[in-house]
Amino acid sequence: MISNLLAKSYARTVIAALVALVFAIVVTSIVLSVSGFNPPSTFQAMFDFGKEPDSVVNTVNRAAAYYLSALAVAIGFRMNLFNIGVDGQYRLAAMLAAAAGGAWALPAGLRQIVIILVAVVVGGAWAGIAAILKVTRGVSEVISTIMLNFIGTGVIAFLLSPNRLAAKVAGSNNIGTKPIGSSGRVPGISYPGSDLKIYGLVLLAVLAGAAFWFVINRTRFGFDLRATGLSQSAAVASGVDAKRMVVIAMVLSGAVAGLVGMPQLLGGSYSYSLDFPTGIGFTGIGIALLGRNNPVGIAFASLLWAFLDQSSQILEFNDIPKEIVAITQAAVLLSVVVVYEIVNRVGRRMDQRRVAAELGEAAA
Amino acid sequence: MSTTRPAVELHGITKRFPGVVANHDIDITVAAGTVHAIVGENGAGKSTLMKILYGMQRPDEGTIKVNGEVADLHSPSDAITRGIGMVHQHFMLADNLTVLENVVLGAERLHGIGGGARRRIREISDQYGLGVEPDRLVEELGVGARQRIEILKVLYRGARILILDEPTAVLVPQEVDELFANLQELKREGLTVIFISHKLDEVLKVADAITVIRRGTTVASADPGEVSARQLAELMVGSELPVPELRESTVTDVPVLTLEDVTVRDATGRAVVDGVSLTIHEGEILGIAGVEGNGQAELVEAIMGMLPVESGSVRLGGEDLAGRSTRHRREMGVGFIPEDRHRHGLLLESPLWENRVLGHQTRSPNVKGILIDRAGARRDTERIVEEYDVRTPGIDVSASSLSGGNQQKLIVGREMSGNPKLLIAAHPTRGVDVGAQSAIWDHLRRARAEGLAVLLISADLDELIGMSDTLRVILRGRLVGEADPATITPDELGSLMTGAAEGSVA
Repeated sequence: MISNLLAKSYARTVIAALVALVFAIVVTSIVLSVSGFNPPSTFQAMFDFGKEPDSVVNTVNRAAAYYLSALAVAIGFRMNLFNIGVDGQYRLAAMLAAAAGGAWALPAGLRQIVIILVAVVVGGAWAGIAAILKVTRGVSEVISTIMLNFIGTGVIAFLLSPNRLAAKVAGSNNIGTKPIGSSGRVPGISYPGSDLKIYGLVLLAVLAGAAFWFVINRTRFGFDLRATGLSQSAAVASGVDAKRMVVIAMVLSGAVAGLVGMPQLLGGSYSYSLDFPTGIGFTGIGIALLGRNNPVGIAFASLLWAFLDQSSQILEFNDIPKEIVAITQAAVLLSVVVVYEIVNRVGRRMDQRRVAAELGEAAA
Repeated sequence: MSTTRPAVELHGITKRFPGVVANHDIDITVAAGTVHAIVGENGAGKSTLMKILYGMQRPDEGTIKVNGEVADLHSPSDAITRGIGMVHQHFMLADNLTVLENVVLGAERLHGIGGGARRRIREISDQYGLGVEPDRLVEELGVGARQRIEILKVLYRGARILILDEPTAVLVPQEVDELFANLQELKREGLTVIFISHKLDEVLKVADAITVIRRGTTVASADPGEVSARQLAELMVGSELPVPELRESTVTDVPVLTLEDVTVRDATGRAVVDGVSLTIHEGEILGIAGVEGNGQAELVEAIMGMLPVESGSVRLGGEDLAGRSTRHRREMGVGFIPEDRHRHGLLLESPLWENRVLGHQTRSPNVKGILIDRAGARRDTERIVEEYDVRTPGIDVSASSLSGGNQQKLIVGREMSGNPKLLIAAHPTRGVDVGAQSAIWDHLRRARAEGLAVLLISADLDELIGMSDTLRVILRGRLVGEADPATITPDELGSLMTGAAEGSVA
């Protein structure tokens, strides 16, 4: 019966996600038809392009960043904290880590660890500002993290100039931090049929997911965090120090956000320049929602998201606006929230009825 | 009046909810043109019964007859069609609309929304002496007038049978008298009133017939001319009810909890707990009596470390608790049965075994080091389910799927775990069925015999008097009196609670 129930709660999540996906495909098909394109052939083209080896590598690399970002968001979500600032946290963290990595020529091994640590500390500290504001002054973390994103952008723009932490990239108008030397790089993983490499630090994302699952589900700290998210009043009565939890969860969320840029920084670009990807922090919010703040769910959600992003690139060759994919993504998100709520409500009612039925039988 | 057909007949009505039977085998016959009172304790099933009669709930078994015809009520509009109207305990009026607008809302087809409706409202108002002015704004009106609008709303829709759910709960005595005069008027016009209440004096004053409901079923019919309030109360409570009582005293002279001059202020600076001093010894249950909202909740939260104490000291054993966190206090052996179990006692969406961990997440058998000991917590949850008779198919169902009584038994079992020295029990048997109530009292008595000190807060005066070794009365945050539970009556305690009689009754 135990496995029965577990299966049920997982089943609910999976059913909700699948229904949402089907709904999104239907919506996209309608939009495509209305715009005069043939939906089946469009999906076929996307799928064919998406399964090419180069696309697979790009999808996995992109998904790793999405995954870490969504994980960071999920830590907050698990206790009803909205860290909207993952975007600023990871960019600032990546920038400073890149600068440190370029400047300090440490031996291989140590150098990578130091770079990652710098990123984690910067991300955590940047999120920590919002946490401190919340527990001491009652400032909503939603507002403060959004504002910290803007401030982060400003700080990066200030530091990323030739006289400070950056230099002109040879042969272009781009400017970036001094590239990290070969002793600080993480080798990639080859994928058959592609010249591109899967970032080595994709494994870091997997590790972070496993750690997230373990901490949340198996430790006392995770229990306190979940309890606070489920009912703050009950958690406080049970002895949880709500303010302390806010600070820890927020800093932890920021620390994980600091990891978001690492696979690319140490595996591909080796420097933080003006064209370093932005906006991953916001995408992470959607992916965390889609993945129900569950590390396995988030993994599927980030792969789906990255796949859609990657395969949409073929659309422009067929004269189809690639923004069509944004519609798919938005439809998935909107519907998953609604569908999950419905599925969950029905499930809960079934639970109650089942409990009543079993008790009725026991009494008879 | 008795020659006509009965207005309402209920036969064998049974209604089950998950985990509980709210009503079973209810039989009531209401004669037309009478005021028929239905009395019972809170939670006896009166409200469910009325919801069934008004079509808001469907009975699992039984038949409803209205004016002699079998009625299958699917919704309130079915009930309205058959001439049944309901006046809810909580008014359902839009404050910023006029009386007229409120009355016609949803019944626009009857007499329009203009002059026709206004005329009809005046007619009804005059006919039954309700004194309702159609063009006043509802927000300008007092509680009594609002209730008359609710009654008028129901009459406007053509009701001949009115259900009034605890109508006097919100009224002051003068308004109650006015309401009763209105009810007499309705009766004179041949309408039938079903009057739900647990205030026996009022029932005896206004009713023509009385039906008593206990534990979900009809247990007696009474004639108000021949029955006394005391007899009615006995019928309501039932003689087989568990009696809260302590046998021999187990009070020792070892103090467990000592409060000295404790003051707690709210955000506005008002002292919600004002200079409270008390001592609870090993094996002693100290009851605090008071009208709700006189500082009981804040006192409890201050002892638990959830609210800051402004001045004074709280000591457990010999140790000063100042600066200790709630968690630390719990680890020192303070058990806590909170007043609002849904807000403070449970994670409703989580399984029972995780709820076993709640509040004990730093202690064996729930944890090993920094990890949750799932096996240990689950085993101990099984033990609580067994020992405390929690009716559940398993420990993996969510807490929300249990009935209130079973949730409470789980909480009591959890808080009694790990040999607490002090138990803070706020309304430990509120909203639980009789069986659970008796079981919870048994557990309190047993733990007391083993030396547990208990701070008992309750609104149930019989429970307070029966279960306490010492009684204190709280009024506006101050302990204003002391009473001997062996000799005091609920009436005397009640007047102490309202401040009518200052001082001690010993």
